[in-house]
Amino acid sequence: MALLSVEGLRTQFATGAGTVRAVDGVSFAIERGEVLGLVGESGCGKSVTSLSIMRLVPPPGQIVAGRIRLEGEDLLDKDAEAMRRVRGARIAMVFQEPMTSLNPVFTIGDQIAAAVLAHEGGRRRAAWDRAVEMLDQVQVPSPGERARDYPHQLSGGLRQRAMIALALAPGPQLLIADEPTTALDVTIQAQILDLLRRLQAERGMAVLLITHDLGVVAELCHRVAIIYAGRIVEMAPVARIFEEPLHPYTRGLLRCLPHPSRFGQPLSSIEGAPPDLRGADAGCPFAPRCPLAIESCRRHEPALAERRPGHFVACPVAVV
Amino acid sequence: MSVTATMLPVVARPRRRVSFRAAFGLGALLLIGGSAVFAPQLAPWDPARQMLTKRLRPPMWQARGLREHPLGTDHLGRDILSRILHGGRISLGVGLTAVTLSALIGVTLGLLAGFFGGRADALIMRIVDVFLAIPYILLAMGVVFALGPSLLNVILVMGATRWVQFARIVRADVLSIREREFVAGARARGNRPLRLLLRHVLPNALTPIIVVATLELAFMIIYESALSFLGLGVQPPTPTWGWMLADGRNYVATAWWLATFPGLAIMLTVLAVNLLGDWLRDTLDPRLKV
Amino acid sequence: MAPLVEVQGLEKRFSVGGAWLRGRRRVIHAVDGVSFAIEPGEVLGLVGESGCGKTTTGRLILRLIEPSAGRIRFEGHDLMALSPPRLWATRQRMQIVFQDPFASLNPRMRVGSIIAEPLAIYERAGATERRRQVSELLDVVGLDPAFAERYPHELSGGQRQRIGIAAALALRPSLIVADEPVSALDVSVQAQVLNLLMDLRRRFGLTYLFISHDLHVVLHMSDRVAVMYLGEIVEIGPRDALYRAPRHPYTQVLLSAAPVADPKLRRERIVPKGEVASPLAVPSGCRFHPRCPLVFDRCRVERPLLRTVGAGHEAACHLNEAPALLTGA
Repeated sequence: MALLSVEGLRTQFATGAGTVRAVDGVSFAIERGEVLGLVGESGCGKSVTSLSIMRLVPPPGQIVAGRIRLEGEDLLDKDAEAMRRVRGARIAMVFQEPMTSLNPVFTIGDQIAAAVLAHEGGRRRAAWDRAVEMLDQVQVPSPGERARDYPHQLSGGLRQRAMIALALAPGPQLLIADEPTTALDVTIQAQILDLLRRLQAERGMAVLLITHDLGVVAELCHRVAIIYAGRIVEMAPVARIFEEPLHPYTRGLLRCLPHPSRFGQPLSSIEGAPPDLRGADAGCPFAPRCPLAIESCRRHEPALAERRPGHFVACPVAVV
Repeated sequence: MSVTATMLPVVARPRRRVSFRAAFGLGALLLIGGSAVFAPQLAPWDPARQMLTKRLRPPMWQARGLREHPLGTDHLGRDILSRILHGGRISLGVGLTAVTLSALIGVTLGLLAGFFGGRADALIMRIVDVFLAIPYILLAMGVVFALGPSLLNVILVMGATRWVQFARIVRADVLSIREREFVAGARARGNRPLRLLLRHVLPNALTPIIVVATLELAFMIIYESALSFLGLGVQPPTPTWGWMLADGRNYVATAWWLATFPGLAIMLTVLAVNLLGDWLRDTLDPRLKV
Repeated sequence: MAPLVEVQGLEKRFSVGGAWLRGRRRVIHAVDGVSFAIEPGEVLGLVGESGCGKTTTGRLILRLIEPSAGRIRFEGHDLMALSPPRLWATRQRMQIVFQDPFASLNPRMRVGSIIAEPLAIYERAGATERRRQVSELLDVVGLDPAFAERYPHELSGGQRQRIGIAAALALRPSLIVADEPVSALDVSVQAQVLNLLMDLRRRFGLTYLFISHDLHVVLHMSDRVAVMYLGEIVEIGPRDALYRAPRHPYTQVLLSAAPVADPKLRRERIVPKGEVASPLAVPSGCRFHPRCPLVFDRCRVERPLLRTVGAGHEAACHLNEAPALLTGA
């Protein structure tokens, strides 16, 4: 049984100007100890997917259909109290901007200790020691002193480490990392990616990595799901995505990026812009921008099908 | 290669409809302004005429009310309706001119302080501190004493003591606006300082200016009454709303209508100006037009 | 041919605090002795992490910020010596495109007025002619002329960035400082804008100073690349030389740390130690020494100078005196 399985998830936002179908039938699974990347451009629904798993979709957003199973238990059936016990303890989350998720008026040591106490109980003294130990594990230099610092006293990189320590303190089975390195400089990003890779391997923890950056995916993920207009269009082991992408959108994305073999040459780009998610058009959401689109693409929405072992594509025209 | 990738069709922008609130504000303000302008034609009585036999009569719908005095009479037997109509001329006139004056001074100084910073800022902000430290009413008293009480002096004093409100808020806003990239871009594209201020900075600081102006108008009407009350403003028997309000306070327990009707007039004016200010702010902001 | 832009010993110091009762006055060297030249028609890339001074450098060159010291020559004029009216006239020849497409356009102006404004200020054209040029410029950047009637908030990030480019092009400048022009855009839009910039360069013979934190984007766009660290240029050289044989450990670190969307191209990871020092407490000697994987004693005391390490290729590292150590890395 997979650690987490998401089936047919639909999350919608009812706005004055129509219903926005932010996540529109997403299904995937994460095995224990696996790192799955969820990749897409802004507004594609990748963050809403992660918030749906945590059941933290902000109003007016609502999960309207689907199943989210953690070790077989459906999270959507849980009441608020039971869900609170899942969050943090079994699924933890790390965000792009640690400043917004760390409380500015408590020291980071206090915050991590509080998380430990809430999930494990025990004595305050022991919880504090655990907090210092966690900071040490995320390679914060002189963790005993840093534990007494307030978030604003730390640099961006240290803050992100503190945030990871806070998320991992209760020992979650699944870590959802939403653009964890996007706000960081490239050298600090490299350090954090190394740290995540090491912690993931040591703890055998599963990671759902939400990112727009295919480079980060190549660094960290085992498998990748490419998401477009609220739907997964391609899902495959990481090497396959880069070596032999099948979906025209994935191919387009990869060719958009500057590549050492093509420096200075025109980049190929994807024409047009992503569709308005309020529309309820039939057919493939990528069809209007797709160079390979045929008549049937505009009429029937393609299903995600396994075209190669472990390689799923939602495109009937994709060259296989 | 796609250079022409984003040729989206241009959709016609729907025009923003004037909302009910804005229409109400505009209507009320026209009514108030109109009745102030035409007060001599509309008022049934001379506002200064005392009829001691008809003192403290309640509005006409009450037991001792008289039909010829719809809103009743005051302790000297003067017709309240006529006094409100005439009082509006002074109150609105003084309020509007004083707000305009203080906005002109305050916005100019705020723009200069916020935009140029450095010494200009330090100097202007020290002046602001001084004005904030001295109670404005004390300052006004001193000045009016020195210059002698007259309508013009009252307006000058009111404008000259309240501009700090505008200066502070405009300066704070300009400090953040001048750091925005479009200001640097406008400079790179040849805007000289004056044009930069007027075309790029000022329009983006309009929202707080309008909000402060509507609040200040209400304040000025009351301020004028305070000065009048101290004998420094408009001299009786010329009626003003503030003066009537202050005067009527003594009779609140026995003759509620003395203070209530001028109070309602002030409230209605402030409400109308606020609604209109909201509308103006939204209309001037292209981001809210979709 | 003389360079279009020549910068020598450019410095910018900001002071922090020091006002009455505001604590000790401290000086930040945002840009500390930067020198380079850009040939006409060339693209010089400027890459570095946040706080390295690359954005300040870009604005200093246009004198949007006043330099504290140094010389800037542009089209043969000494910019530092120009009187305000002459500087104003020279501004027509050098323009800037910004990073944030949401902050870089005046939200109260229609797109048409934004693009036409410089034409009006410099009295280049009457009202009718300005309208015609606005349509033409919109067409040049790949937008429908009807966009002239729109306000910035009605446009997408990519469209706004095109408007910013059209406004910068209106005066037909020779130099454009592109300050992180695609950093705020999605990858597919980023590719469109990069292609547009390359296309315009060919079409109008533009020279760019292309500033970005994204090493791959800079390498893609530039003929030559300068790498900045804590206010200094640590390496500058032709694109291919710098990519294939970087001669400063910081450049090597950047190259190895930047994630590549191609697992086959992954370099051996050199992860630098620690974080960038605060510009308020610049390390002695080589500024990179506390983080450098190859640090030795001399680095802690002696500031290395840029020295030639190849054709048009300079790096500021003591190790280049003993090249064997570096080339293997």
